[in-house]
Amino acid sequence: MKFTLSWLKDHLETEADVHRIAEAMTMAGLEVEEVLDPAAKLAPFTVAKIVSAERHPNADRLQVCQVETVDGMKEIVCGAPNARAGLTTIYAPIGAYVPGLGVTLVEKPVRGVVSNGMLCSAAELELADDSDGIQELPPEIPVGTPVAGLFGAEPVIDFEVTPNRPDWLGVTGIARDLAAAGVGRLKHFDIAVVRGGFPSPVSVRIEASEMCPVFAGRVIRGVRNGPSPAWLQKRLTAIGLRPINRLVDVTNLIAYDRARPLHVYDLAKLSGPEIVVRAGQVSAQTGEAEHLIALDGKTYAVQPADCVIADAAGERPIGLGGVMGGESTGCDDDTVDVFLESAWFEPLVIAQTGRVHAIHSDAQYRFARGVDPASVTPGLELATRLILDLCGGEPSEIVYVGEPPANPAPIAFDPAHVKRLTGMSLADDRIGTILGQLGFLVQAAPEGQAQPWIVTPPSFRRDVDGPADLVEEVARIEGFDRLPDTPLPPVARPAGGVLNPRQARVRTARRALAALGYAEAVTWSFTKQSTAALFGGGDETLVLENPIAADLDCMRPSALPNLIQAAARNAARGFAEAALFEIGPIYLGDGPNDQRTVVAALVAPHAARHWAGAGEDPLFALKGDLTALLEEIGAPVASLQLAQGSNRDWWHPGRSARLQLGPKNVIVEFGELHPRVLKALDADGPMLAFEIVLDTVPEPRGKGSKARGPADLATLMPLTRDFAFVVEDAKPAGDLVRAAAGADKALIAEVRVFDVYRGKGVDDGFKSVALEVVLQPRQATLTDAEIEALTARVVAAIEKQGGRLRA
Amino acid sequence: MTDLAQLELDLINAIGSAESVAAVEEVRVAALGKSGSVSGLLKGMGALSPDARREQGPLINGLRDRVSAAIAARKAELEADELDARLLAERVDLTLPPRPRRKGGVHPTMQVMDEMVAIFAEMGFAVAEGPDVEDDFHNFTALNFPPKHPAREMHDTFFLKPDPQTGERKVLRTHTSPVQVRTMMSQQPPIRIIAPGRTFRKDSDATHTPMFHQIEGLVIDRDIHMGHLKTTLQTFIGRFFELDEVQARFRPHHFPFTEPSAEMDIRCDRSGGQLTFNTGDDWLEILGCGMVHPNVLSACGLDPNEWQGFAFGMGVDRLAMLKYGVPDLRPMFDADTRWLAHYGFSAFAAPNPASGLS
Repeated sequence: MKFTLSWLKDHLETEADVHRIAEAMTMAGLEVEEVLDPAAKLAPFTVAKIVSAERHPNADRLQVCQVETVDGMKEIVCGAPNARAGLTTIYAPIGAYVPGLGVTLVEKPVRGVVSNGMLCSAAELELADDSDGIQELPPEIPVGTPVAGLFGAEPVIDFEVTPNRPDWLGVTGIARDLAAAGVGRLKHFDIAVVRGGFPSPVSVRIEASEMCPVFAGRVIRGVRNGPSPAWLQKRLTAIGLRPINRLVDVTNLIAYDRARPLHVYDLAKLSGPEIVVRAGQVSAQTGEAEHLIALDGKTYAVQPADCVIADAAGERPIGLGGVMGGESTGCDDDTVDVFLESAWFEPLVIAQTGRVHAIHSDAQYRFARGVDPASVTPGLELATRLILDLCGGEPSEIVYVGEPPANPAPIAFDPAHVKRLTGMSLADDRIGTILGQLGFLVQAAPEGQAQPWIVTPPSFRRDVDGPADLVEEVARIEGFDRLPDTPLPPVARPAGGVLNPRQARVRTARRALAALGYAEAVTWSFTKQSTAALFGGGDETLVLENPIAADLDCMRPSALPNLIQAAARNAARGFAEAALFEIGPIYLGDGPNDQRTVVAALVAPHAARHWAGAGEDPLFALKGDLTALLEEIGAPVASLQLAQGSNRDWWHPGRSARLQLGPKNVIVEFGELHPRVLKALDADGPMLAFEIVLDTVPEPRGKGSKARGPADLATLMPLTRDFAFVVEDAKPAGDLVRAAAGADKALIAEVRVFDVYRGKGVDDGFKSVALEVVLQPRQATLTDAEIEALTARVVAAIEKQGGRLRA
Repeated sequence: MTDLAQLELDLINAIGSAESVAAVEEVRVAALGKSGSVSGLLKGMGALSPDARREQGPLINGLRDRVSAAIAARKAELEADELDARLLAERVDLTLPPRPRRKGGVHPTMQVMDEMVAIFAEMGFAVAEGPDVEDDFHNFTALNFPPKHPAREMHDTFFLKPDPQTGERKVLRTHTSPVQVRTMMSQQPPIRIIAPGRTFRKDSDATHTPMFHQIEGLVIDRDIHMGHLKTTLQTFIGRFFELDEVQARFRPHHFPFTEPSAEMDIRCDRSGGQLTFNTGDDWLEILGCGMVHPNVLSACGLDPNEWQGFAFGMGVDRLAMLKYGVPDLRPMFDADTRWLAHYGFSAFAAPNPASGLS
């Protein structure tokens, strides 16, 4: 909402300048977005008079003028053809910034003569698009008059109107709040009743009172339309409105002055003597919506949810009520008789019509937020008065149909509630005064009686319906800078920290993965439906009705597709090596318990070549990182089973596996991603990944105590024995390790795989797996016989797995 | 010259001219070994007369001691030379690079989230969470957005497709306020929580992304008022931006779910493209807040005559950008490895009261 300072001063008696007013507005809740002060850039320029003008000694086209200025007599060189003795014009001193030229004046000789300033054209001051010579001003304007005042360049304030305050869409409403905030005194105007000379020849019938409960109007005969007077045009153009003609300009003026939209119909173009207010219709025969060509020249297919103004016995739509009039009955310079409308439309209806048809008129904006129902008649009278003043004519009596919606209900209000909610101590008097200045009717309980006040909001404050609203009014006018400083009372904090175990795990996982060399990414919760389908999702229940883009139309079933695409984007930029992770949600359904938190990581292994040769196999490096991460977050790593070959189908069937507590309790799938899936996502493989569903990882047991129990520090030296077993190629090494470790759970501390060999000396279809078994004696040093026996047990255990000691 | 003197001279010469530990060993065996020359003299002493033994004994023993010492000295000397030669041969070129360490990091939004949680934890706030996919009641109705109300439009809500049976349309939460609703509905006051998480609005331009992060806070008790709100938020903002004091102002605003409502600004200076707090004539909007609307309390089953309190909400990504000088919002969700390396945080920069927030 924009308004000018002079417009505000029509309603507010104040000495405050525009910046003080803007500050007061912001601190009262009218958040100023911009103060446009065209006067500021004109500040250096003043009126001057050329006393004499003589030809420049060194240039035919230049003149040397003696000029009477605000700074005394100045010698100024001027190139304008109209510079002449006696001319009243504009003077810019040295140091002035000339906006039209984009230069700051400096004292320098022009062809040998020093110019002590500049004489300016309107274009040089950005007051006109182009100019023919320097500005010629009426001779009676005194030297030294500021130019800013001459050209009507006055400050404009633009501010944000919050949706609860439609009364701020009129300058009077702004003035009222500023008066309450102490910036000035509100001027009251009595709107005079204009007596009608004859009954209105147009009648009104409301068929849709739920859309338009009250509709008033009157005919004015014999008006002379045409361009508005300069003061009205200036007022409208200053806030960016285009003057059209007197009749339309009057309605626009009142919309911005009083937040009261009106409409004028050309009576000659109305069909029939009745205006009907009804819902939009759909033809019973064709099922087709009726159409309206609105004043913006566009054709709208009217919906049954729209409010329509119709003539011709209700047959012809001539306007979308409260939104925009129709072209067919609009006023132009030839209009003689008019019908003037002032009505009240239901905000939700108008909001929907505006939204559905994408029409945003000044009327729609105001009615959608709620116009003061009590302004129906005063608005009509004020408009009549202005039309009579500007266009002449003869008004009819008012036709008034329907009932305005009820006024806001009175509120029982204990003034102590102000302190209770805000902590601010205000005298009851002050509270009453603020509410009164804002237009509330305050009925205080008689002295000494502990009854609440009865406070009735004004008709234009339909947003106020409870004591908290009244507290806000008082507090914002008093100023939030008066809020006390009150620390929260101390509370007992949970001794173990405020995070629950899952939240703490997320935090640990984040830091652990970052330490393991993965960069944390945050990616969209959405993906493309077809992509979601590749990862077990894409169900219709998780598809967006209004996605931001076609490829972001579905809630993700996994964080992996986004990470894959991110890695592909990086590769496309020339950075193929990537190790990314994300800790975030996945969506298995649309219910409140269908969301899971995953820890997903992705590696695109493209390490640069290194002089010392290839490093660790990236797949096993990933497995190592995963194991380290699981240990950090306290997962039961020792109890996890590794199952290979049963991963879901976005994983490489031979190069991926899962860790689980049982077949139904899968904690993480990891490995290489399926090339088919990568191809579908336009990503170059190989890519390795894991995705832990955090919710499935059991919490560590033994919450009660953080004590660790005694450390196992055996006093005897451990010893190792090496074995090499030949097994079928397909036999998982993990089975051998588990079997060997199980040969003596007390003595065998660890089993390490130190070689896997296929080739000469081992039959085709077989491999040799070399194990190092670590023995930790407990009670006494092992005898040779004991070691022998243990070795035999290890061999036997492996033989049960189909292996045999390599010869 | 006696024989003994000659022998000693020969041996010392032999030791001195031995060029390897092995050569020294040969001399040692020849002199002091089982049938060595000196050993032979020592053995022969038993055959001498006591007088001759008294005379010869010290001479032979002296010879043996001096030869032994010379051998040990020469051996040590030669061993040192051999070690030097070996170490010289072991030289490697240390200008060669090590295997590069892959450097990870924490995303700035998540770092800032951790920082905020740490600050509020100090003030006794627990962390509450809720689902991203919400229903109309928790996202709007309970928060005093009446059905069809234009304020709903301002949220640019994402909707899931309507349920074919019920026609119900789920929404992606437009703020984390539904978590406040769920908290109030499931636990009795006093309540002191923050609700961090993902939020969604259908908006995409230089300063908006369809997904972003919020942290909201909620304090409910019998006598919590706006003075508590002011001090809590000023304290928080001071700690978050690591400022000794904060020049803040609270400005009236409108939100459906709070009454009175306010926005908090910090004084700042933006000249020269640099953002400096507590100086200059500009104000930077930081967050929205207010006293929980009685209708919200009622909708959540709390009696507004008994309970009251405040709520606030702020954009985590935006505050991360302000604090750490991240110029653009959109790259935050693009996972460009170069961007992550530049704006990411060390794994060891976890906020703590001893060393600071980052």
